[in-house]
Amino acid sequence: MKLIIKTVTKPGSTRANKTGAWRSFMPVFDHKLCSKCGICGIYCPEGVVSKLENGYFEPDYEYCKGCGVCANECPKKAIVMVLEGK
Amino acid sequence: MRKNMVVVEGSYAVAHAVKVCRPNVISAYPITPQTHIVEDLAQFAADGEMNCEYMNVESEFSAISALIGASAAGARTYSSTTSQGLALMHEALFNASGMRLPIVMTVVNRALSAPINIWNDQQDSISQRDTGWIQLYAEDVQESADMTPQIYKLAEDEDVLLPAMSCMDGFILSHVYEPVILLEQSLTDEFLPAYDPEFTLDPKNPMSFGAFADPGTYTEFRYKQEKAMGVALEKIEEIANEFKDIYGRYYGGLIDGYVLDDAEIVIMAMGSIIGTVKDTIDELRIQGESVGLLKVRSFRPFPTEAIRKALKNAKVVITLDKNISIGKNEGALCTEVKACLHNTDNRVPVIGFMLGHGGRDIPINMIKKIINKAKLVEKGIFIESEFADLREDLA
Amino acid sequence: MSLLKPGHRGCAGCGDAFAGKFVLDALGEDVVIVSPTGCLEVFTTPYPESAWGVPWIHSLFENAAAVASGVEAAMNALGKKNNTKIVIIGGDGATFDIGLQAISGAFERGHDITYICVDNEAYMNTGIQRSGATPLYASTTTSPHGKVSIGNPQHKKNMPAIIAAHGSPYVATASIGYAPDMIKKVKKAAQVKGPTYVHVHAPCCTGWKFDSSKTIEIGRLAVETAMWPLYEMENGEITNVRKIKNRKPVEEYLKVQGRFKHLFTMDGKNEGIKKVQAIADWNAKHFGLE
Repeated sequence: MKLIIKTVTKPGSTRANKTGAWRSFMPVFDHKLCSKCGICGIYCPEGVVSKLENGYFEPDYEYCKGCGVCANECPKKAIVMVLEGK
Repeated sequence: MRKNMVVVEGSYAVAHAVKVCRPNVISAYPITPQTHIVEDLAQFAADGEMNCEYMNVESEFSAISALIGASAAGARTYSSTTSQGLALMHEALFNASGMRLPIVMTVVNRALSAPINIWNDQQDSISQRDTGWIQLYAEDVQESADMTPQIYKLAEDEDVLLPAMSCMDGFILSHVYEPVILLEQSLTDEFLPAYDPEFTLDPKNPMSFGAFADPGTYTEFRYKQEKAMGVALEKIEEIANEFKDIYGRYYGGLIDGYVLDDAEIVIMAMGSIIGTVKDTIDELRIQGESVGLLKVRSFRPFPTEAIRKALKNAKVVITLDKNISIGKNEGALCTEVKACLHNTDNRVPVIGFMLGHGGRDIPINMIKKIINKAKLVEKGIFIESEFADLREDLA
Repeated sequence: MSLLKPGHRGCAGCGDAFAGKFVLDALGEDVVIVSPTGCLEVFTTPYPESAWGVPWIHSLFENAAAVASGVEAAMNALGKKNNTKIVIIGGDGATFDIGLQAISGAFERGHDITYICVDNEAYMNTGIQRSGATPLYASTTTSPHGKVSIGNPQHKKNMPAIIAAHGSPYVATASIGYAPDMIKKVKKAAQVKGPTYVHVHAPCCTGWKFDSSKTIEIGRLAVETAMWPLYEMENGEITNVRKIKNRKPVEEYLKVQGRFKHLFTMDGKNEGIKKVQAIADWNAKHFGLE
């Protein structure tokens, strides 16, 4: 890798860094309880909880750090944090 | 006086040179003796003679910071400062260079406080030696003006991309009225191409400027800056020659000699003191003394090879410094000339004299006294480095 | 997909990351972001990566407002400004303390810029040292509680009032706990011509010492207790206030944060909490929150 001139870096290139590896607890989304309100998507600091075609929401586990904000904010308690298996 | 010459103040000649370089953004903050330059530019802007954004900022720190933003956004930028103002900019000077932003500033050289003093020496710019800025020093008003488009061309060269200081001595050059040729707009447009950087802050190509670098990537940024200084070494001479072709004036590239080739005693100096040294040499040559001058025009990049070559036949080298590294008892030019000769066979004695601090006058007799002192080396009396103009009654 | 891309090194549950995301959600692509040094700057741009999907520049800690002034001037001079918004996103240290002079200069000059202060109430990037934004009695690494100290002895500086005094046409406070409200205010600030300011309260799980899942909840508690009033000012006058129904006592906000834990365990604890309650009461009265 040669430096680009100056200190310029390309947009969105942190995507190379898969922060999902940081996770201790994993959010598991229960579609049966979900009302599709989308609050989990708004309150994800990584911006990786997205709406699926069927209207439900799922995190991108490659980047989800397992902070648990989505589970805490879900008004239907449809997200539970589960300890990651080894 | 030549037909196209006018008598103007040094600051006006430089401001006019800046105007014909067509900067897009100028930031200004007043400080003596730089103020006349930004006043003249303000008047040009007020009279509609410049198509630029002229910003009155609240400190020198913001003056340089605004130019960092403006340069990253693709603008040709200019400011001018001196002394305390330049010292206040210190942190941002490193930043501008590390980000490879070709900002141009005129530094009107002045002493640093304490004690507070508004007159000329070169401690201010010398103290910014390691910030990664190109530093060129002008000998007279015409050179100060002519240096402006040259230094833009150098800084903005796509293989250089470094910020640059054009240094002129405060009051001695900034406030003197001299006959000069004001730079022609048409010639300057021919000489200096528009600034068109590859990357700018552009929503259509959204790059990030000023990333954080860890130990794994930091070193290479410094290496690239050093390589760019190496390119600048070659371009300075090239650009000086191009300038000569278009405008018909030449002041040397990295260095310049004055009756140097056969000189046994070589005086080295930077800035307006060169004129006094030349007058001294003229007098001494008539008396049969073998004295010559080696003018250093580029202090950064430092012209190591050119100086080694130029000093090949010297028997004694005298350096004149309007600055001091307190605790080393030497001026910067002295230290650097010694260092540049060290790994060669040339063991010519280099004798350093510090003088002219805080604007103390440097008469011809002072230079003669220095030369006589340096000649003592032939009798085995070696002076390492000393103040040349101490007042016994105060010291 | 957010314009603040994942893979950045913000802590899990980071309040600054929320703030950055909401700002870009509000502004879209036609923007230049200027960041002073701080958490958000460092964790989004480890060379050779960048989380920013929009043009972004970081220069130094204390000069973001001046850098943004230069960007705006350059874009005007080059005829590139059009509708592009120039927006600073800076932390509380960069805003309240070291960068205040440059902010004052930029607001006085009247550049068309928007300054977003992301306030997590201490220098978090360097390890939780107090700033001019740290609230009364918060324990930080440079204002620790101890035998003869109950934490930070100073009150939080009223930064929005300082900006409003510059004649800014639009000043607002917001919280990451109220995303739609924050996004609306950031949009408005960017649309109003001239130098505008949005002060965003952004809880920091690492520095305030609470579980990473509580970032948003604690942001809301600050508003519900009147510790962080939400309002808008236009041309120096308060024009809109978010009312609080059933204002909660400050204990509910303080007890969930490690930085205030000592207030509940030390001798004379009621005095400390009372003084904090007095701040909330003053806010409620001054801003007409109830």
